Amino acid sequence: MELSSEDNNLTDKVLPPVEQESDVELETKVKKYLRGEGANLETLEDKKLKTHLASREKLYGKSAKAAAKIEKWLLPAEAGYLETDGLEKTWRVKQTDIANEVDLLSSRNQYDIVLPDFGPYRLDFTASGRHMLAGGRKGHIALVDMMSMNLIKEIQVRETVRDVAFLHNEQFFAAAQKKYAYIYGRDGTELHCLKERGPVARLQFLKNHFLLASVNKSGQLHYQDVTYGGMVASIRTGKGRTDVMEVNPYNGVVALGHSGGTVTMWKPTSQAPLVQMQCHPGPVSSVAFHPNGHLMATSGKERKIKIWDLRKFEEIQTIHGFHAKTLSFSQKGLLAAGTGSFVQILGDSSGGSSHNYSRYMNHPMVKGYQIEKLMFRPYEDVIGIGHSMGWSSILIPGSGEPNFDSWVANPFETSKQRREKEVHMLLDKLPPETIMLDPSKIGAMRPSRRKEKPSRGEIEAEKEVAIEAAKSTELKNKTKGRNKPSKRTKKKKEMVENAKRTFPEQGHNTTLKKRRIGEDAAAELPTSLKRFARKN
Amino acid sequence: MRIKTLSRSSDEFTRERSQDLQRVFHNFDPSLRPMEKAVEYQRALKAAKLEKIFARPFIGAMDGHRDGVSCMAKNPNYLKGIFSASMDGDIRLWDISSRRTVCQFPGHQGAVRGLTASTDGNVLVSCGTDCTVRLWNVPRPTLEDSSVSSENIIKPSAEYVWKNAFWAVDHQFEGDLFATAGAQLDIWNHNRAQPVQSFQWGTDSVISVRFNPGEPDILATSASDRSITIYDLRMSSAARRIIMMTKTNSIAWNPMEPMNLTAANEDGNCYSFDGRKLDEAKCVHKDHVSAVMDIDFSPTGREFVTGSYDRSVRIFPYNGGHSREIYHTKRMQRVFCVKYSCDATYVISGSDDTNLRLWKAKASEQLGVILPREQKKHEYNEAVKNRYKHLPEVKRIVRHRHLPKPIYKALGVIRAVNDSKRRKEERRKAHSAPGTIVTKPLRQRRIIKEVE
Repeated sequence: MELSSEDNNLTDKVLPPVEQESDVELETKVKKYLRGEGANLETLEDKKLKTHLASREKLYGKSAKAAAKIEKWLLPAEAGYLETDGLEKTWRVKQTDIANEVDLLSSRNQYDIVLPDFGPYRLDFTASGRHMLAGGRKGHIALVDMMSMNLIKEIQVRETVRDVAFLHNEQFFAAAQKKYAYIYGRDGTELHCLKERGPVARLQFLKNHFLLASVNKSGQLHYQDVTYGGMVASIRTGKGRTDVMEVNPYNGVVALGHSGGTVTMWKPTSQAPLVQMQCHPGPVSSVAFHPNGHLMATSGKERKIKIWDLRKFEEIQTIHGFHAKTLSFSQKGLLAAGTGSFVQILGDSSGGSSHNYSRYMNHPMVKGYQIEKLMFRPYEDVIGIGHSMGWSSILIPGSGEPNFDSWVANPFETSKQRREKEVHMLLDKLPPETIMLDPSKIGAMRPSRRKEKPSRGEIEAEKEVAIEAAKSTELKNKTKGRNKPSKRTKKKKEMVENAKRTFPEQGHNTTLKKRRIGEDAAAELPTSLKRFARKN
Repeated sequence: MRIKTLSRSSDEFTRERSQDLQRVFHNFDPSLRPMEKAVEYQRALKAAKLEKIFARPFIGAMDGHRDGVSCMAKNPNYLKGIFSASMDGDIRLWDISSRRTVCQFPGHQGAVRGLTASTDGNVLVSCGTDCTVRLWNVPRPTLEDSSVSSENIIKPSAEYVWKNAFWAVDHQFEGDLFATAGAQLDIWNHNRAQPVQSFQWGTDSVISVRFNPGEPDILATSASDRSITIYDLRMSSAARRIIMMTKTNSIAWNPMEPMNLTAANEDGNCYSFDGRKLDEAKCVHKDHVSAVMDIDFSPTGREFVTGSYDRSVRIFPYNGGHSREIYHTKRMQRVFCVKYSCDATYVISGSDDTNLRLWKAKASEQLGVILPREQKKHEYNEAVKNRYKHLPEVKRIVRHRHLPKPIYKALGVIRAVNDSKRRKEERRKAHSAPGTIVTKPLRQRRIIKEVE
């Protein structure tokens, strides 16, 4: 018996350690492709369903393994890296050093475009990273093809431009101008003037839903479907004017940062925010989302950057030091923070579930440049910096996803492929109801819950809707002297009162406990005076 | 210090010449595809809707008989042809692709009740109410035959007269015996004018007979005394027998699992049995409103088609309790016989209105040669629809079938009757001592007893 166990130990050791390591690696990759835990089939009583689901789970396992193997062997490119040896630190490496080490094609991506006359520039990239839109505050809008560094179109709108955003591809873009937002075509023709929104401060486009989201100067959030132009939702946030708006690419919710330090998350189908988080003691300067959807970085005026876990809504990490006016996450998880004329890139030193962001690279720019917006270019190791004297681009090794999927975003798209992709995107357009905090809930079973009381915000919203409905009902036109104005106003007031009455007062729900006077007093006194409270 | 940055040169990622295909790169990482479940759900919804748009199952009707079609036979060696016989003794061989008669086999004086072809396809056996069994030589189909519109008239190669009217006939799968059902079960040889073997049990007539595709000596019959009997030719009497509450009109063996058989019953249900254990049905297939007249399995063994007295044809999965598909037309009257074509693509139904109708087995299938890309797209649509077919919106579209008004109303009535019976049963149980009232499962309820 002992001999056989020794034999087993020997066979374990016979496997070379490299093989074992790669098995472990493959396991982690397979986990990524499995997309969560398998179903628990033990609790099922229906045998037919059980066997059917068991065979399905096996198939999922097989496909996850195949995908992991493809990732290991068949992907054409590998991610970039910056490794220093010995005492040298990565953040001391300058862009000039990088330029010396790297090939010619990459060093073409380091440049400064100086346009001092047209104000701080805001940037946007298309999903494939091929085209860039730069909008200067004094009205200069430029559409650039980044691969050939070709200026496709530049227009001067002669008004303040507060933000620019691409729509679903480089053929259309939107600009938030002084009074309204406008949509332009690729050749600079103005296609639409979006009057309903008012003066827009920030614009974001939700790609899967074809929704153009914007927040305007009075803090109203608008969602418009650009395929047919209908306004899907206009939400009064009630929190005042804000300049901070970001879309979470994982689930499509829009996050607004407010001057009270709260970050609220919105979806178009509800008037109340999904989540309200108190992030900073002062105003929130900037918000950024990690592409995996679990991490959010916020920065406040108190010179702290906080990293939040969105599954538990807990703070993971605080980075002290500087007031980051703009934040951006790259596809590989690097965080860029810009303040004044200084860009700092933070990298995740530990992989896996625990995140620990530490300094990775720095880039000080010319003193006069005030950074307006940072944005990593998709699928490239490049970050675009929009500042007060134009825009620049620097190399950050290890920030871009090395392998693109032609069906998702293809930087080498031909016009025919672009047209077909547009049709497929329209066919796969999601309705706005699918925006939710956890998008994997679609197709899952909803746990049966008892009827919950609606929250206060929802009750308020419903009440307002009911009052509006009551106010807007048309009264019958009575004849023969029965249509006196005083009677009409009385009737209308009655209807509004009735509508209000269906919503009980908030205070009445809480049960008032009968407390003795003495106890009340004892509760109110500070601890040092408690011994003087009257005892009964 | 080691640095590497991503740099893509366009000649690696674009095609060299304009005659080449465009290059496609894959990365299956889930983080590149946000909201993939929502996108899949939208695609499932669209796939369900497209399936309904392309669902045109009726291909054509074959017109020619002068009285209702009573039975059909298919020739396993010749996919394009089907034999059919009518109530006035007219037997025809049809070419399905052109939907025209190729040959006629006149001779029977009364209704033809049974039709079957031998396994090599050369001999056609027919039997009828005029107490005769006729054997015909089927002409070899050549290219000229199918293009020429003139019909051939064939004379029978043999004619055997016997004592009683016949109700059904079936040919052995490997061998040259065939069995006829009439007052008793008779086994014949091609060359003999009298039956080689006879089985009798009681005084009731045998109404259908079917040989087992796997075992050449086993056959199943159903009789008008509501019984299903399994005979073995090597033994002198019946092997197994069960008696049900209502009579079985037709039986079919599963070609892929030859121990299982499915019986089409008069009460509107089809019962699948394991041939070795007949006391409990494996599955009860309920959806027909009136008596099920005929049943035939698909060559894949995964589905079977039934034709019923309620003017509809339904396709059931072999292990599912409800039908996957229903076909009906205003002009199709009582369906007396159905056949599933040998390539599992078509369903042929013969009905009382003298027409044979050709339907597609999968209503939205694209017939003809399909390009590989189209095939992949169809498979993807099918897979994504099956993944989300439990969600309410998709389920509503996938499940939706237009039913003719009589069937719709009858289903409502049946449902109300069953609900009230069930409620009464539950209340009786609740008000009596636990254990005194035992409900039999549906699989056993319709079987009265097993007799040896």
